[in-house]
Amino acid sequence: MTFDWTAIVDALPDLMQGLELTMLIALAGLAGGIVVGALTGALLTYGGWLAQAPAQVYVALIRGTPITVQVMFIYFALPILLNVRISATNAGILTLIINSGAYNAEIVRGALESVPTGLKEAGLSMGLSFRKVLAYVIAPIAVRRALPAMGNQLVSVVKDTSIFLVIGVGELTRRGQEIMSANFRAVEIWTAVAVIYLIVISILAVSLRFVERAARLP
Amino acid sequence: MSMVEFKKVSKQFGSHLVLQSIDLAVDPGEVAVVIGPSGSGKSTMLRCINVLERVSGGDLLVDGLSVRGSAHDVRRIRLEAGMVFQQFNLFPHLTALQNVMFGPIRSRGKSKVEAREIAAALLQKVGLGERMNHYPSQLSGGQQQRVAIARSLAVGPKLMLFDEPTSALDPELRQEVLKVMQTLATEGMTMIVVTHEMGFAKRVGSRLLFMDGGQLVHDGKPVELLSNPPSERFRDFLTHVD
Ligand SMILES: Nc1ncnc2c1ncn2[C@@H]1O[C@H](COP(=O)(O)OP(=O)(O)OP(=O)(O)O)[C@@H](O)[C@H]1O
Ligand SMILES: [Mg+2]
Repeated sequence: MTFDWTAIVDALPDLMQGLELTMLIALAGLAGGIVVGALTGALLTYGGWLAQAPAQVYVALIRGTPITVQVMFIYFALPILLNVRISATNAGILTLIINSGAYNAEIVRGALESVPTGLKEAGLSMGLSFRKVLAYVIAPIAVRRALPAMGNQLVSVVKDTSIFLVIGVGELTRRGQEIMSANFRAVEIWTAVAVIYLIVISILAVSLRFVERAARLP
Repeated sequence: MSMVEFKKVSKQFGSHLVLQSIDLAVDPGEVAVVIGPSGSGKSTMLRCINVLERVSGGDLLVDGLSVRGSAHDVRRIRLEAGMVFQQFNLFPHLTALQNVMFGPIRSRGKSKVEAREIAAALLQKVGLGERMNHYPSQLSGGQQQRVAIARSLAVGPKLMLFDEPTSALDPELRQEVLKVMQTLATEGMTMIVVTHEMGFAKRVGSRLLFMDGGQLVHDGKPVELLSNPPSERFRDFLTHVD
């Protein structure tokens, strides 16, 4: 067969639109997932029994089910249960937040627990409240320790957006599939889609390494 | 009024009685050196003073405030009782200067400018004026412990608690820390020091306390106790320290 470059050129505007939606969903999912992960991780580490139990159930539930099932549930089942309407894009974003939030929570808990107790005691013994100790002593150290694992998680979030083709979100993978079913240029289209993901994720990975290096302590 | 007053203080971890009815009053300006075998409760006693441990029975007053008081009282006690740890516990993400500025800013609400002045002066005083912008990992153990002392002093305490401040240090680095502590003592700081440095106890201590099995067994002048050990246990302990 011949590799038809014009097929890619023709598909590019559509694929770029798909990429835009992919990035939008990924960024919203990333940001939300970090917030949910930080809060849940703090509850898992410092919460009393009453706060820890629901946090543990949440994490177990998400880590114990495939993300495809999660998005199906949120898009098709949740509207029936709660009698609300949700767009496919929003369902995708919500799924990512909930999903990556659970994985981030475990990373955050591990990082918080890895900070030596002596540092907490040093802060407390100077008259700081636990909240201040958490904000100014524990968190800055925990963030640095969480960065590598968190970086991997952020990369998965970008890749996980491709799952949302199952609920018809017009993200990059879905666009590729649509174009391909019209022109049957499978090799060209899937090569193009893969390369676009690769570029985006490489940029993300390099920036993350840069942040990690900048935050590293001497 | 005593700076620290233990009134029949006991402390339990589960069913394990670690402090048994401790009675002790430390006056302003005193330098009380606490010695005793491992596990005798020295650290626990010290940690009860600035409420890193809660007492199980009795009461403990620090500058008139009870460790069983409100959260506000506990905070005031901690502002008045500085703590120096065996493992230094410097904040690894902050430079020496930032470590010392931390207390004035975060717990005394001072401005950065004021805090920097206080911190720079204290680092000069402990002999680290040249090392202010180094991170803890870039300092020797002795230097780290001196930064830790400066960090505690920066909060403006009336009382300093030291828990084996030189035990984690190589012998050749101990003197620089002990010298700083001695200076502090001559300036009139009230100090309670858990240590095995008998030379320091004799030279600087105004009082020597021997703990054993969670009890305060002997309490007297360092030179008198050391030259005339009042019990077999104490004599035994001394031969093991040296
Ligand atoms: N958080 C804790 N939980 C349970 N037991 C504890 C705790 N902290 C201390 N202990 C126990 O209390 C006893 C006294 O401990 P402490 O650390 O006060 O002794 P110490 O005199 O400082 O000993 P060392 O010289 O080894 O530092 C020990 O038996 C110890 O195992
Ligand atoms: Mg101890």
